[in-house]
Amino acid sequence: MTNAAALALAPSMAPPEAEPKLKVRDLNFHYDGFHALKNIGMDIPEKQVTAIIGPSGCGKSTLLRIFNRIYAIYPKLKATGSIELDGENILDPRYSLNRLRSKVGMVFQKPVPFPMTIFENVAYGIRHHERLSKAEMEARVEQALRGGALWDEVKDKLKQNALGLSGGQQQRLCIARAIALKPEVLLLDEPTSALDPIATGRIEQLIEELKSQFTIVIVTHNMQQAARVSDRTAFMYLGELVEYDETEKIFTKPGKKQTEDYITGRFG
Amino acid sequence: MSTIPATDIPEQRARHDARHDRLFAGLLKACALIVLAALLGAAFATLWGGREAFGTFGWHFLVSSAWDPSSQEYGALVPVYGTLATSFIALLIAVPVSFGIALYLSEVAPRWLRTPVASAIELLAGIPSIIYGMWGLFVFAPFFAEHIKPWLTNYLGNNPDDGTPSWVATHVPFVGKLFASDYPFGASILTAGIVLAIMIIPFISSVMREVFQTVPTRLKESAYALGSSTWEVSWDIVLPYTRSAVIGGIFLGLGRALGETMAVTFVLGNAMDLSASLLDPGSSIASTIANQFSEAVGLQKSALMALAFLLFVVTFIVLLIARLMLRRLASREGR
Repeated sequence: MTNAAALALAPSMAPPEAEPKLKVRDLNFHYDGFHALKNIGMDIPEKQVTAIIGPSGCGKSTLLRIFNRIYAIYPKLKATGSIELDGENILDPRYSLNRLRSKVGMVFQKPVPFPMTIFENVAYGIRHHERLSKAEMEARVEQALRGGALWDEVKDKLKQNALGLSGGQQQRLCIARAIALKPEVLLLDEPTSALDPIATGRIEQLIEELKSQFTIVIVTHNMQQAARVSDRTAFMYLGELVEYDETEKIFTKPGKKQTEDYITGRFG
Repeated sequence: MSTIPATDIPEQRARHDARHDRLFAGLLKACALIVLAALLGAAFATLWGGREAFGTFGWHFLVSSAWDPSSQEYGALVPVYGTLATSFIALLIAVPVSFGIALYLSEVAPRWLRTPVASAIELLAGIPSIIYGMWGLFVFAPFFAEHIKPWLTNYLGNNPDDGTPSWVATHVPFVGKLFASDYPFGASILTAGIVLAIMIIPFISSVMREVFQTVPTRLKESAYALGSSTWEVSWDIVLPYTRSAVIGGIFLGLGRALGETMAVTFVLGNAMDLSASLLDPGSSIASTIANQFSEAVGLQKSALMALAFLLFVVTFIVLLIARLMLRRLASREGR
């Protein structure tokens, strides 16, 4: 083996005991007196896709929404425990929301373009964090749209309103908008649940491409999707993390009876 | 044989339904036409009533500031200016305040506070304008004359008590003139504008609050997720999303301000002199009509009718501007 080939292979041979990107410890979450998350602890590895599955109401979306503290825009919601991002606790009120959100991007269930042009949709978030010249901004928007696998379809209509795009294109725009900030972690909350199978396929392909640059956490109600796109899968039930392991292991020989029942479709 | 063949019944029924539908459509059309007829009728009636004034003064009626019943000279400039100036001041104050109220109630306020405050605002919208007028005349205007007006003339006007105009008055164009006044009482264009602002805030803010609540949560969350602050979400997402309804609400308030009669009559001072100062008394179209109609005859009555027609025209132009603004905004967003 030549040296160049060895170097090219090197990233995939990262040592298994590499420091996790996100370290969740004793995480509890309450709202309206309801104990939504119970003592969650998990390590999310860097530059891999981690899927969170489970039946409706199991707390999977709630967990995802804590990773960028989006829940904090509502009063009276409180998370206890810790989530460390590169060793810093993001639940600490001193951790600035602006900094957190530039590091942790999020894409929501339904595509939600802002009521602006396609270009402005992508440029909007960047402006909150960086001051760029017009040329730099154009380059950055193009890069983000290419990253979102949307550039070829929209490059001639950047000045048109984003609401004119199809549902699948809108969702890729939302992904482009999120990665335009160059985040380290990308949270996807059931990103294909409102899309048709072809658009879903494109998004899944995109996730595959993006994982070389980002740590991706995806919540999905679609088990096949979790099996297709993720490296590790967490199964949640009634606010508890039941099982968390390599995706292949979860889907071929799950360690817990509940997991097996769920993935074989016996409930959920 | 009197029995009808079974196949004829549906056919009869269909004919019957079609006749009814035609009747119903005609009825609806009549309802809509009544509004149109009333509008055109009122516009025509005022134009017809004002034909003598328009005929006597021609286009001078629009640009003349004379209003003198003893020499039978009439011009619309003073009341038209008063109407536009008081309404503009009212909007200048009411729009930002209403925006703040609506945002606070829809985005920031704790849930238990939202409904009581919103109902209070709607109550405010229901207060008859005569009450605002009395409050303006007996409470606000004296307070204004006592505390606010001296400050404005001394610090912004170009004829302060100590004789040396402030830096603002000498360096910023027009400001000195706008706030200069020798008139000792509280009634003025600015007072009327402030009272009008208080009157239209409930309208504008309840429309804004209602439409702000229609903004999808996910849209706001997406913006927060990109690191936006509450202010940025409100200004960049909530406001553009609700733009046309917000502008509609503002023009609803403006329409009310332009035509408001009683409250303005009480606090505007009803002077028929043209003055550049906002602290001097003035007149509005509606207040002039209300003050003079009962005694007017002949040419004066016709001049008042002509004024009423001008109020129509002003309102129409304002609505037209609103339409154009909406269209321009829409094209800028690439729609």
